[in-house]
Amino acid sequence: MGRPNRSMRNGISRRGVIAVLLTLAASRGHADVSTIRIGYVRSTARRPMISLLEQPAPDAGLAGAKLGIDDNNTTGSTFGQAFELIDVPVRKGADLPAALERLAGQGVRVVMTDLAANSVLTLASAARTRDMTIINLAAPDDSLREQDCRANLIHVAPARSMLADAVAQYLVWKKWTRWFLVVGSYPSDKLLADAYRRSAKRFGAKIVQEKVSEDTGGSRQSDSGVVQTQQQIPVLTQGAPEYDVLIAADENEVFAGYLPYRTWDPRPVAGSAGLEPVTWDSSSESWGGTQLQNRFVRLFNRRMMPLDMQAWTGVRMVGEAAARSGSTDPDKLVSTIKSPDFGIAAYKGQLLTLRDWDLQLRQPILLAGGRTVVSISPQPGFLHQTTTLDTIGIDRPETKCKLQ
Amino acid sequence: MKKSSFRAASIVAGAVLAMPAVPVPAHALTAYVSNERDNTISIVDLDAMKTVKTIDVGQRPRGIAVTADNKSILVCASDDDTVQIIDRATLQITGELPSGPDPETFALGEGGNRLFISNENDQLVTVIDIPSRTVVAKIPTGVEPEGMTVSPDGKTVVNTSETTNMAHFIDYATRKVVATVLVDLRPRIAQFKHDGSELWVSSELGGTVSVIDPVKHVVKNKIHFEIQGLRSDVIQPVGIRFTRDDSKAFVALGPANRVAVIDTETGTVEKYLLVGQRVWQMAFTPEDKYLLTTNGLSNDVSVIDVAAMKVIRSIQVGRLPWGVAVSAQ
Repeated sequence: MGRPNRSMRNGISRRGVIAVLLTLAASRGHADVSTIRIGYVRSTARRPMISLLEQPAPDAGLAGAKLGIDDNNTTGSTFGQAFELIDVPVRKGADLPAALERLAGQGVRVVMTDLAANSVLTLASAARTRDMTIINLAAPDDSLREQDCRANLIHVAPARSMLADAVAQYLVWKKWTRWFLVVGSYPSDKLLADAYRRSAKRFGAKIVQEKVSEDTGGSRQSDSGVVQTQQQIPVLTQGAPEYDVLIAADENEVFAGYLPYRTWDPRPVAGSAGLEPVTWDSSSESWGGTQLQNRFVRLFNRRMMPLDMQAWTGVRMVGEAAARSGSTDPDKLVSTIKSPDFGIAAYKGQLLTLRDWDLQLRQPILLAGGRTVVSISPQPGFLHQTTTLDTIGIDRPETKCKLQ
Repeated sequence: MKKSSFRAASIVAGAVLAMPAVPVPAHALTAYVSNERDNTISIVDLDAMKTVKTIDVGQRPRGIAVTADNKSILVCASDDDTVQIIDRATLQITGELPSGPDPETFALGEGGNRLFISNENDQLVTVIDIPSRTVVAKIPTGVEPEGMTVSPDGKTVVNTSETTNMAHFIDYATRKVVATVLVDLRPRIAQFKHDGSELWVSSELGGTVSVIDPVKHVVKNKIHFEIQGLRSDVIQPVGIRFTRDDSKAFVALGPANRVAVIDTETGTVEKYLLVGQRVWQMAFTPEDKYLLTTNGLSNDVSVIDVAAMKVIRSIQVGRLPWGVAVSAQ
């Protein structure tokens, strides 16, 4: 990482100074600075990951949001627009409506959250009476975009159906169409498995075998755990019919990370380990991504993770709406974000836009192989009359969402 | 150039030959194409319409130009943090310019003697006096500069930035940002008309070209593109070139694999010319006879006959061709 570190001095402060300079330079009647406050109701729960490299940072998501605010302010300074993030870290069982009320009291009308689906719904319901909009950064549940969709709930996080379709398209493109599906024992794992079953059907793959991997408790890596893992994984994956690729549905990081190189048959792993569908990877450098990566490392001394990208994107959507509409009125910002010609550039090679039927952000999905980005879905050859981005996830004709 | 000296040069330079060394006549119309993936420059004889030689340069060559005196080629070797100087006669690397880190592209100003380079990571524009090979200015931009251009009178430097989606106007005398103009998403290339009356900025993801009044600093027109049978998201404008009389503009549309021909008076697209895949940069040959386009994914250069408005040839070059520069001498 030699290069980024060299410029550590170029932190927020310098950009702040420049932002002021830009404001002065372009001071064409922007005497008043109007501030847009964005709330972030943020989970402080941190679950251990199998790989030490993937342990979530204390500021996971928050760092991305801060960078987004910084970027918003650079542009906003020339329009007399300033952006502020109000960080609301919450523990499990926190009183979310009360937290929202406090944010409302601070003039916040747009609130991002990385909480789980049930909490997102709680927030969305509470937000409705206060005329606030919630941006879902992390919950992948399709139900939030389908039967539980809300007119004041925007999804930056890709749905499980999008993640599964992204993997499926690549595997089908590779002609690896015989899948061995290993599913964790949590409800969310079952939902993810549903998404893979749907993808298989949609793109012509066949799940030749399914197996459940029970979570029997226990810790992550332990000193002699690796010896046991080497015995257990082959047994778990033994006896499958001929298959091309093993797909792991393990959202809770219980077993998937142990699969690569340990399966009974020598087969690649995809899904929750191996080839993983993500919104961002710290190795992504296409489409100007290098600059974003460097900017992030310079400010936070760590690599940018998917949740950081999701939070950055959420903040940038608000900033972009402010720049395009020339307004800081929250109603105007939200209606701009929802308007058909709104889009956001997020280092993915094409514009990310909002699906008007369920308020899901359309986006390419990166397929990360651990060290590099292996591919990006949608894959070539999967066609769509509107945008190929709608070949992943729930499309307009299939939606059950009735926004209200 | 004599045949013998040409061969000797090849050996000394350790150049990779794309084909048996064919002497390039001294008067040949020649194009130089930087191949980002191969770390090479393809030398294209435009009379023979083929690549006659390939030379090794630094890592990740991108922005490329021929100097005002026609003696040298300048190329950004981005991953080597330098701009290399290549002697046109011997095709050997004869020196470097202190470009600052990760130079992607540059603009030539002041009769071709000043080089304006964007250093994205350091949020700087580095200005180099080419004859003395020295840095004469480092201008902080406050944002990561990407596209780079200089007004014909040399007084205004413009950089575009993906972070802000703006064109930033810098007064060269005072080194200060004097104006910023919001354009559509992911601005890439900024280009002044030869008469300086308009600045055009392409927005790769916005899919538009903004026509900016450089005095009032406002977008006075926005050019949209529509190609039958193509989804709008693959129309990604990048390179912009004006004919000498400024009457027509050519805009490279990236993965749409087309170059749009625009009447600059009305701002209407007159024609779409089908070229190679992922077309980015372009260069005219003298008298605007041909327009060359670099096509990154098909590893070739398309040759457009400007009078006929037809693509007449595609010429194989190296992998991921990025930039192109032309010399007639």
